[in-house]
Amino acid sequence: MAKSTKISFSILFLILALAPLLMSDFRISLLAKFLCFAIIAVGISLIWGYTGILSLGHGVFFGLGAYAVGMYLKIQASPGGIPDFMQWSGVSELPLLWKPFANPVFALFMMIGVPVALAFIIGFFTFHNRIKGVYFSLISQALVVVFVTLFIGTQELTGGTNGLTNFTTGFGVYLTHPVVQKVLYYITILILLLIVLISLWLTQSRAGKLLVAIREGENRVRFLGFNPTTFKVFIYCVSAAFAGIAGGLFVLQVGMISPEMMGIIPSIEMVLWVAVGGRYSIFGAVIGAVLTNSAKTFFSESYPDMWLFLLGSLFILVVLVMPNGLVGVAQSLYAKWFRFKTSKKAGGTSYDANTNLQ
Amino acid sequence: MTQILTCNDVKVDFDGFFALKGVDLQVEQQEVRFLIGPNGAGKTTLLDVICGKTRATEGSVFFQEMEGSIHKLEEHKIALAGIARKFQAPSIFPQLTVLENLELAMKQKKTLWHMLFAKMDEPTKEKIEYTLEKINLTQERNRLAGFLAHGQKQWLEIGMQLIQDPQLLLLDEPIAGMSGQEREKTGRLIHDVSKECSVLIVEHDMEFVRNFSKQVTVMHEGKVLCEGDMNTVQNDERVIEVYLGRGKTHA
Repeated sequence: MAKSTKISFSILFLILALAPLLMSDFRISLLAKFLCFAIIAVGISLIWGYTGILSLGHGVFFGLGAYAVGMYLKIQASPGGIPDFMQWSGVSELPLLWKPFANPVFALFMMIGVPVALAFIIGFFTFHNRIKGVYFSLISQALVVVFVTLFIGTQELTGGTNGLTNFTTGFGVYLTHPVVQKVLYYITILILLLIVLISLWLTQSRAGKLLVAIREGENRVRFLGFNPTTFKVFIYCVSAAFAGIAGGLFVLQVGMISPEMMGIIPSIEMVLWVAVGGRYSIFGAVIGAVLTNSAKTFFSESYPDMWLFLLGSLFILVVLVMPNGLVGVAQSLYAKWFRFKTSKKAGGTSYDANTNLQ
Repeated sequence: MTQILTCNDVKVDFDGFFALKGVDLQVEQQEVRFLIGPNGAGKTTLLDVICGKTRATEGSVFFQEMEGSIHKLEEHKIALAGIARKFQAPSIFPQLTVLENLELAMKQKKTLWHMLFAKMDEPTKEKIEYTLEKINLTQERNRLAGFLAHGQKQWLEIGMQLIQDPQLLLLDEPIAGMSGQEREKTGRLIHDVSKECSVLIVEHDMEFVRNFSKQVTVMHEGKVLCEGDMNTVQNDERVIEVYLGRGKTHA
C-alpha cells in the first residue's frame, strides 16, 4: 500500500474518532450520515474510477438496503405488527413479503442480499451482452426510474411517496437515544474502516489491476484469456453491497427512507461526490463524500436562498478544473514539489508510478 | 512435422463485402510464417478470425488437437487455448506499470478467484524478470507503460504474448515504427521464440521479411495467391503482377 494512502487514512480516522469530543450531537449525527454516503462513494470509486463503468443508479442499491432495514424497524414500531400506512390502505394482515423482515438477522442479510442479487442480474445481462459506456449508464439510470415508480405505485407495501418513517426501537434499543446515536456513529466508522480496508486490498490484488486493465482496454483483456464479464459483474455486486450497507446504516441513524432518497438526483449526486474527491482513489471518494455534503450543509445554512447555485458552481468548477478531483490536485502538487526537490539534489527528474496512480 | 493450425475455406462477409473469399492456410509446429500482400488483401482479417475478434461467415479453423472448429469460441477461450495475438497498434495498459502488464498477461488461471488471491511468489517473479530481460525492459519495470517509447511499447506487448507461453503467436506488423536496430533485435527475438511456438506474422517491410522468413504466404483480395520461400514468391508471375500491376514496388 502506498505510504501516502496509509497516512491519509490514519489521520482521517483519528479525526473521525475524536470528533464527538469537539462537536455537538447534531453535528455528529450529520457526520454519521455523511459517513454512510462515504461508504457508497467507496463502491462507486471501485466501479467508476478503477473499472471505468459509470453507474448512475446506485441510489437503487442504497434504497433497497435502507428499505430492508426500514421494514424491520417499521414492524418493530407498529403496535400489532401492522404498519400504520397499511392500516390506512385497509390491509389487516402483514403481507407475505414483509413477514420475514420481522427477524433482524434476516433484514440485515437482505440489506446486502437484495442489492447484490439485483446488481448480479442487471450486470450479467448487460455486461455479457457487451453493453458498455454510455449505454450502460442509461440502463442504470432507467433502473432508478423503474424502482422509484414501483415503490411509489405500491403504496400498501412500501408506504408510497412517504416511505418508511416513525421508527422507535430496533435491535432492543431506542434509536433516538443520544447514547445509541453515538454508538451508531462509531459502528459507522468501523464499518467504513472495514470497507476501506477491503477496497484497498481489492485494488492492490492482481484482480484490482485487472479492473484497471478492463478500464483501459476491455477487448485487450479478452485476448489475454480473461472473461471481463466475470470481473465487471463482481465489482458491480461489490459496489451494490456497499451501497446497501450504507442504506441500512443510514436508515438506523436518520430514521426514514423514501423513494425520493433513492431517485435520480441522489444517484447523480453520489457520482459527483466521487468526482469531487477523485475517482481514482479510495481516499478521494471518502473525503469527496464528506466534504461535498459538508459544503452542501454549510451553503444551505449560510445562504438559504442561493445554496443550490453555490453547490452547482462548485461541481462545475471541480469537473472543469480538477478532472482527477481533490486528490488529483494534491498529487500533482506533491509530484511538483518532489520533482523540484530531487532535481535540486540529483540534477535529474525521477518519476515514480505510485505518485501518479494512488 | 505436424500442423498446429489449419484454416479451411475461411470466408468473412462484411455486409456484402467479402474480406476473405475462402482462405486455406496451414501452419506447422515451430514454424515462422510470414503473411504478405497488398493493402486490403485480408491479412489482418485472417488474424482476426483466428483469434476470435472477427467471426468467420463460412469455413473452419482447427487448432492443435482441439475438437471442432475454434471460430465460434469466445475470444478469451481461444486465448486460453494458446493463441496469443499482438495487434498492430500497441495495445498495452498505459496506466499500469510494465511489471503489472506482464503480471496480468502471464500464463496463470485466469479466474476471478485466482486473481483475487494470487501472490507474487518466486517462480512468478523469476518468470517476469526473465521476460523483462528478453524484451530489454528490465530497467523500466516500474514505469507506467504509457510513458514508454513507441518501440518499447511494441516490445512490451510482444513480452505480454510470450509470457502467456502460447502455442501460436499472431503478430500484426510487429516492427512498425521501430528503428533499424530495434528491427534487428525484434527479428532475432522472433526467431528465438519460434523454438517454443509457431509464429504467424503480417508484415509490410519486405527487407525484414527477406531477412527473417523461411515460408511466406502471399494474399491478394481475400485469397491465398501463392506460398513458398521468399525467392520463389518474389519470382512468381502472379505476385509480380499483383504488386507491380497496382503500382507498388516494394516487393
